[in-house]
Amino acid sequence: MSTAKQLPRWADLILLPLVGLAAALLLSAGIIALLGESPTQAMKLMVDGAFGSQDSIGYSLFYATNFIFTGLAVAVAFHAGLFNIGGEGQAYIGGLGSGLVCLWLGNWPFWAVLPIAIAGGAGFGAAWAFLPGWLQAKRGSHIVITTIMFNFIASALMTYLLVNVLIKPGQQSPETREFASGTWMPFAHEMLARVGLNFTSTPLNFAFVLAVLASIFVWLFIWRTRWGYALRVVGQSHDAAVYAGISPARITIMAMSLSGALAGCLGLNELMGSQHRVLIDFPGGAGFVGIAVALMGRNHPLGIFLAAVLFGALYQGGSQLTFDMPRINRDMVVVIQGLVILSCGALENMFRQPLTVLIGRRSVSPARKS
Amino acid sequence: METYTLIVLLLAATIRVATPLLLAALAGMFSERSGVIDLGLEGKMLGAAFAAAAVSATTGSAWLGLGAGVATATALSLLLGVACVTYRGNQVVAAMAVNIMVGGLGPTLAVAWFNLGGQTPQLDAAGQRFTAIVWPWASVARENPFPGLLYAELLSGHNLVVYFAALLVPATAWVLYRTRFGLRLRAVGENPLAVDTAGISVTALRYQAMLISGALCGVAGTYLSVAASSGFVRDMTAGKGYLALAALIFGKWRPYPTLAACVLFAFTDALAARLQGVSLPLVGIVPVQFILALPYLLTVLLLAGFVGRAIAPRAIGVPYSKEK
Repeated sequence: MSTAKQLPRWADLILLPLVGLAAALLLSAGIIALLGESPTQAMKLMVDGAFGSQDSIGYSLFYATNFIFTGLAVAVAFHAGLFNIGGEGQAYIGGLGSGLVCLWLGNWPFWAVLPIAIAGGAGFGAAWAFLPGWLQAKRGSHIVITTIMFNFIASALMTYLLVNVLIKPGQQSPETREFASGTWMPFAHEMLARVGLNFTSTPLNFAFVLAVLASIFVWLFIWRTRWGYALRVVGQSHDAAVYAGISPARITIMAMSLSGALAGCLGLNELMGSQHRVLIDFPGGAGFVGIAVALMGRNHPLGIFLAAVLFGALYQGGSQLTFDMPRINRDMVVVIQGLVILSCGALENMFRQPLTVLIGRRSVSPARKS
Repeated sequence: METYTLIVLLLAATIRVATPLLLAALAGMFSERSGVIDLGLEGKMLGAAFAAAAVSATTGSAWLGLGAGVATATALSLLLGVACVTYRGNQVVAAMAVNIMVGGLGPTLAVAWFNLGGQTPQLDAAGQRFTAIVWPWASVARENPFPGLLYAELLSGHNLVVYFAALLVPATAWVLYRTRFGLRLRAVGENPLAVDTAGISVTALRYQAMLISGALCGVAGTYLSVAASSGFVRDMTAGKGYLALAALIFGKWRPYPTLAACVLFAFTDALAARLQGVSLPLVGIVPVQFILALPYLLTVLLLAGFVGRAIAPRAIGVPYSKEK
């Protein structure tokens, strides 16, 4: 394929992911039709289930909060040319960090606990990603493989800790005791009630605001600081980075640590905001949804926010769907998620080529008028 | 004597656990040697496990189940080929997409077709499963601890797929190191430009590798649902695809060392099941989770060069483009 024509920037950033999403949804509709249900009816139910009431909006945004954190984590590593598929493990270990803080500082006031809990989650998550980053930078171990291995090691470690160490005495299920209520994230309905607004009781909580702040922080960091600049240079070209006096090894370690810190914040929403205890497998695949979210959102915080809301809506709408269509179960949402990763990520070039032919501009024709 | 019997039974369990790992690792050997990172082993196995159990349950034939398993995994492998070879997409992204999609699709179809909460029906009728093949005089030999028990437990008493997997190791070694196809396959993973310059199609070679990988993953998945257990359950691969990949890396992308790695990993798994809550002399109770995490820890240490060095095929993960 010749590179004489190129996609304009807006098409690359907005049209291409939308076309990919449309293709994924069309395929999903085909699967739903094959299962003997009406795709249009299913779509209607899902949209209604995701945004139809205050209750569903609250749940959609609650799920979205998790995905913002894990999506940002994937994106930060991606800008440095690294593929972090360890978000799941980093979120798991990070949640342990926040959880321990909440268990220990139960009688502290919330606003004193919060910064320490954030530091705990981000710190533990960062530490779990630091190791693969360090191994990649200093020992040349492939980051994709090590982060996968670290997911399994995290899972084994957490099972051990929850079954043998942290379990609430006299209880069967491997989970800690409940956090003291003073350390719970304020719920959105409580906060809105304080300013006189009525909102149904949902798990949506203050962590959503933290996720938005994290998005802004990532934007500032990547595009407005010298570290972010160095990170992008390393992602574009190792040689250029070395030539510019940037150490790719240091940037790799930094990017992975920041990525892990972001994933580690998942516990702020899931544990401090909703479960109020540390329990087995609480990330529930959110680390992998982060890959889809980052791809869909073009690794830009604004795109990630929108994609996370979309996936939050898919999760909430999907659980609604299973109530009304017994032949379709929750796993359909996972199928859609996989299809989105496929069409927005792996098969991107399949859509890029025809789009470029249709609306591409010549990139090497400075003499051209208009 | 008691300990001896225990060890023999432990080794027999190791063989059973090692079989799907070995099949998947050898599948990955073909694709990775051709230059395609095969994280999709997990999804291909899982898809095959579902298809094999579903077809065996409806038709009553384990062989038709095997056919369906192989066909499904091969189709998924071709999908990866289209994404990674033809459209030169990111191989890790493509594989994660397939793994996640299949993880959802299996239970979705199972609920719609069988309505058993994401499982397939139990395979208990004759012919629906690959059952153990008992070798002549095995039950007589069992009376004699050595070598009779070894014969009865280790050689005899496995299903067809186990023997197939064992034969596949020398077969793979022969294909990789003694045939023209093997030479080209190894070359295309190291230096595709050289292969292309010699007038051999890089695309065709990589597609062939993906086909073989898919077919072998199909057998591995079929083993899980139709031979080792009786039916498909949600997420039944439970990371075996990734563990197989770890074994492949641990075996440095070579057939016999990979076999050794699979046996080692399977042994830790079988040992963990045995040591659940057992107190050992000197060390006390070993946490099962630690033993289960051991293969992953070892792989990380190996990749870091602390125990030996694993060097991947040089062109792995890089889509080949004629123009660049």
